[in-house]
Amino acid sequence: MKIRQIAEILDARVLCGSDKMDYSIEVAFASDLMSDVLTLKNDHVLLITGLANTQTIRTAEMSDIQCVVFARNKIVTEDMLELARQNEIVVLQCRYSLFRTCGLLYGAGVKPVF
Amino acid sequence: MKPELPLHLEFNIEGGNFTRAGFASSEIKKVLKQLDVDMAIIKRTVVASYEAEVNVVAHAYSGTMYVDIDGQTIRIALVDEGPGIPDIEAAMREGFSTASVSVREMGFGAGMGLPNIKKNADQLDLSSEVGKGTQVVITLGLGLK
Repeated sequence: MKIRQIAEILDARVLCGSDKMDYSIEVAFASDLMSDVLTLKNDHVLLITGLANTQTIRTAEMSDIQCVVFARNKIVTEDMLELARQNEIVVLQCRYSLFRTCGLLYGAGVKPVF
Repeated sequence: MKPELPLHLEFNIEGGNFTRAGFASSEIKKVLKQLDVDMAIIKRTVVASYEAEVNVVAHAYSGTMYVDIDGQTIRIALVDEGPGIPDIEAAMREGFSTASVSVREMGFGAGMGLPNIKKNADQLDLSSEVGKGTQVVITLGLGLK
């Protein structure tokens, strides 16, 4: 699924990477535990999280994750966005809870990692 | 432009400073991309180095990352001054953690770091002296022709 569709389903704000909305996502993973994210072997992963700090973006960088969704309108700082821009990561922010975010995407056919 | 090999890089890592954690691993990723290393190998390398870097930030007072790349392998040595690891066998066990609340708030400290480094590296060598510090050496073949 394209990031554009994911943003539409979640009624999400695109905080950076609006020129990369045609990237495709194969699977999604929801976690606030970055160590767990770092164990994934998959490519084209969408990360859904409520943990908003620089290490969230660093984890995405190291794991080749192209898109991060911050649920519950978690505050994304300019430092985080700058790091995301440098690494060509799309950052989305939506008002829904982590549970609802996952439910909507799962219902729309986004596949889980496990 | 492709970097010339062999290549040596050094990075200081500040204990407790989470805003900088990942900087060194990010630089490694850039260099490996310039060397046209396979993406899967780059991911394994930087995931291992990033976990090790976070460990230094999380547990030590200060540390240095020494990176050596030749035509065949990358060797990443993290040498820190810190409390050391009293029981390495326990530290290698999944789920074992001595991390502080602030480390857990950053999304780490679940006892997954060292086991994950081991899974991603071709070789992991770990030595530690309580009250002095820890040395972690990660080696991976780069698969370069």
